[in-house]
Amino acid sequence: MSIDIETARRVAKLARIAVPEADLPALAGELSGILSFMEQLNEVNVEGIEPMVSVTPMRLKKRQDGVTDGGMPEKVLKNAPEAREGFFAVPKVVE
Amino acid sequence: MSLNELTIAEARDGLRKGTFTAADLTMACMAAMDAGQALNAFVHATPEIAMDQARAADERLKGREAPSLCGIPLGIKDLFCTRGVPSQAGSAILKGFRPEYESTVTARLWEAGAVMLGKLNMDEFAMGSSNETSCYGNAVNPWRRGNDAAPLTPGGSSGGSAAAVAADLCLGATGTDTGGSIRQPAAFTGITGIKPTYGRVSRWGIVAFASSLDQAGPMAKTVRDAAILLQAMAGPDPKDSTSAELAVPDFEAALTGDIRGKTIGIPREYRMEGMPAEIEKLWAEGAALMKAAGARIVDISLPHTKYALPAYYVIAPAEASSNLARYDGVRYGHRARLAQGDGITEMYEKTRAEGFGPEVKRRIMLGTYVLSAGYYDAYYNRARKVRALIKRDFEEAFGQGVDAILTPATPSAAFGLGEMADADPVAMYLNDVFTVTVNLAGLPAISVPAGLDGKGLPLGLQLIGKPWEEGELLNLAHRLETDSQPIPKPAKWW
Repeated sequence: MSIDIETARRVAKLARIAVPEADLPALAGELSGILSFMEQLNEVNVEGIEPMVSVTPMRLKKRQDGVTDGGMPEKVLKNAPEAREGFFAVPKVVE
Repeated sequence: MSLNELTIAEARDGLRKGTFTAADLTMACMAAMDAGQALNAFVHATPEIAMDQARAADERLKGREAPSLCGIPLGIKDLFCTRGVPSQAGSAILKGFRPEYESTVTARLWEAGAVMLGKLNMDEFAMGSSNETSCYGNAVNPWRRGNDAAPLTPGGSSGGSAAAVAADLCLGATGTDTGGSIRQPAAFTGITGIKPTYGRVSRWGIVAFASSLDQAGPMAKTVRDAAILLQAMAGPDPKDSTSAELAVPDFEAALTGDIRGKTIGIPREYRMEGMPAEIEKLWAEGAALMKAAGARIVDISLPHTKYALPAYYVIAPAEASSNLARYDGVRYGHRARLAQGDGITEMYEKTRAEGFGPEVKRRIMLGTYVLSAGYYDAYYNRARKVRALIKRDFEEAFGQGVDAILTPATPSAAFGLGEMADADPVAMYLNDVFTVTVNLAGLPAISVPAGLDGKGLPLGLQLIGKPWEEGELLNLAHRLETDSQPIPKPAKWW
């Protein structure tokens, strides 16, 4: 499967990474190269094989659905690029 | 001999006897760090924390029951969140990030009395095999090709950890391994590194790359030191639901050196075309040493080995694209300067374009692609099925009575920094060819230095163990280490 420029543009958009128009052909080429390496997987007979979802056969742990931590808004916001009045601040989202 | 050159086991004994103090030992390491800046291994030094912890350790050592790591100075890979100390995962997108919390692994090390010297260089988000994708610049291997001054890679992604331990800047270090990131740098620098069974060590507070593959482990000067470190790092953690509810055995006590009657498998699929004769020879010699020590050597087959790398390069980027979605310029790290009229989408796109390096962007986009509508089954689900087959290969080998599997750790010795710059990304990915199968199967594996190549560079062998059998694996590795020609220290040029 080779990736064209239009697909590269779409993938960059989905990944929320700005890629300048001029860089799209190189990106498409690189992704195509890696994907062609992955084509080998098509040689494997995977009929009747379940996709592996867990490395060790263990039941995921459960705990009571309750609050275990909290009450530290200053700590939560400490590393925010922009915070105001106890909230993360972002550019206007709703007109 | 300076104190920083001691192994953890030697330093432990000296501290307990009172031959020197933790403060002396810590200062010796800090002097070595200053002198070793050309290695670019430590990227954030924490001298005040180190001296406070060293003094506290000295107090504790006056009592009876100080743990093995009490007063032992360590380096911490930048991927671990350490409270109040920069934790950037080698990325510009986390510039300025100082966590308000401590990873479970580092918290356990400090509880055991260890001393933090600082944070160690690494490939950005642990994506790389040469430390060349780091926002801090390359870490440099203390080893050189004889008198050739060309700088070599210490490997990656835990390249700073490997360089620091090999150059005696610290007594041991933490690493993480998603596709070989502990074992390959350990092999390139002549040290020991173990990737534990998936779930043995808590992932909580470690910046996530590919959550079903990531596992932290120690990087150390000897197998014994690796056992001591792993002991302190391992164990169940309520904060990581994938950490195993299993008691941690005494790993150091497992180092009896007796490997009689053990069955060691030699997988024929690891005999790759174009493999350097030196590595082939090292591998055969390693098998001969284990045989001489009383182990039984058998040929085995792991038929899906060839498909491990392509499966890995579907699964790891897929998980990374999801994990790294959190770097959006809202909660931590870098936010791009916005133009008039830019909205939240431009903020995300510009922030991520500026903050991530080329390899990380490439993998995020690759992961986005293989997870996108229409390709999910063709790539991601197929890769997960192949992963199940790779795991089954190992289960069948172990089912036939194999106790551990011996392979080379890497397909070559350390290469020059910049040498792979024009290579295809896939050429770099081939570094992981012997290590990546283990992450896919969730198994423990250790890289032990086993010899030098013709240019005088260290080469490593890998032993792969059964799930939760790190103790046995360490014992086998210990025997291999004891019986191999000892690896000298790199000649000091820095």
